[in-house]
Amino acid sequence: MRLAGNITLLFALLPGITAFAGGTGSVPIPGARFESVLPEAPGTKIANVAPFRLDVSLVSNADFARFVRAHPEWRRGSVKPLLADAGYLQHWANANEPGESSARKPVTQVSWFAASAYCEARGSRLPRWHEWELAAAASDAVPDARADPAWRQRILAWYSTSARGVLPDAGMSQANYYGVRDLHGVAWEWVLDAGSMMVSDDSREQGDPDLQRFCGSGALSLEQKENYALMMRIAMLSSMKASYTSGSMGFRCATDIEERR
Amino acid sequence: MKVLLTCALLLAASLVSAASPEAAPGPSLYDLSERLSNQDGAPVGLDVHRGNKVLVSMFYSSCPATCPLIIDTLRAVERGLDSSQRSDLRVLMISFDPARDTAEALRELAKTRRIDTQRWTLARADDAAVRRIAAALEIQYRHLPDGQISHSNVITALGRDGKILARSTEIGHADESLVRALATAP
Repeated sequence: MRLAGNITLLFALLPGITAFAGGTGSVPIPGARFESVLPEAPGTKIANVAPFRLDVSLVSNADFARFVRAHPEWRRGSVKPLLADAGYLQHWANANEPGESSARKPVTQVSWFAASAYCEARGSRLPRWHEWELAAAASDAVPDARADPAWRQRILAWYSTSARGVLPDAGMSQANYYGVRDLHGVAWEWVLDAGSMMVSDDSREQGDPDLQRFCGSGALSLEQKENYALMMRIAMLSSMKASYTSGSMGFRCATDIEERR
Repeated sequence: MKVLLTCALLLAASLVSAASPEAAPGPSLYDLSERLSNQDGAPVGLDVHRGNKVLVSMFYSSCPATCPLIIDTLRAVERGLDSSQRSDLRVLMISFDPARDTAEALRELAKTRRIDTQRWTLARADDAAVRRIAAALEIQYRHLPDGQISHSNVITALGRDGKILARSTEIGHADESLVRALATAP
């Protein structure tokens, strides 16, 4: 009886172990047409996403330290001020090492430029917003859980507590339908098109999109309260310039999947 | 809804300002080492006009509305300078649209708009470089399903070493702050 209990425990642990071993890998996400909170153009709600691969978890401080050692121009203190603000990697123990306690935590305090350079050095890129949104719509059971009130509530709960407390280790949250972790409840994430999300739909209008225009424009049609979590993310992303860093902004990488002819 | 959205924006903005002290003064655009090619198809760097003061902006040549206006605005800023300052000034315009803005298309634009390519450079770069350059210039853009590109308009004045002197989002007339920055920089 006791033996049987241990075996059960072992099997219960196994999926977690194997999944963690794959924590630095990526999984394929099938392409989809889906209803985005950030339409591509006025009058279109459907976003078309081609198949892509997405990292299972957020890039960790240890991952980023390997990149910095290979690319010293991205070291804290060496990085050009155009490409990262003064907060860049300020939480690390020194210019090369995050320190033992934060090695496995998601890297934060990185600019969009730095995150982009990391992914490019790996032969990948940051995910586009619509790709991120598609992957993040999945619960552990279904590819699109956005209509499930219980799931929405769990996600919203994080947004009321984020930017406080200690980051969990990367890759430790429950995998979703696609096998992707950390999409909710861990950190904000840079996306490839972070600089394109708030642009006005009519470029004949002059000047930068500002708060008033953003609120009044058709660029976002966020009419349902359940989109609040995504709206927070969009607001955060669009208020960050590409050189900005934040203690709650991390990233993961994505790659295209070449379609066979 | 509007209230919620505003709150989200304000909250995000406060997070950012708390987390991000301003970068050290005077970043140089030339800290981005992007490869471009000009209207003759010749490879040039983002610092093609290093040594001169430069106005930089982005455009795409099939643009129906603002892009002609951007050229007009750049010219208005030029006219705000005295003749020796003007002959010392260079202009760099980088396309959002490398797929359609081939060297031929850029030459055609130079011809129809009578652009002096001795002093002005029309350039293209690959998509990743365009994204980084736009980010550094704080220009937002998005490809729309109909082939148009929605974008914000920012004109940036650079010092001789690429240092960002001033940015302007004013279009249709010369922004005095750009003229002054160019006239007074060493």
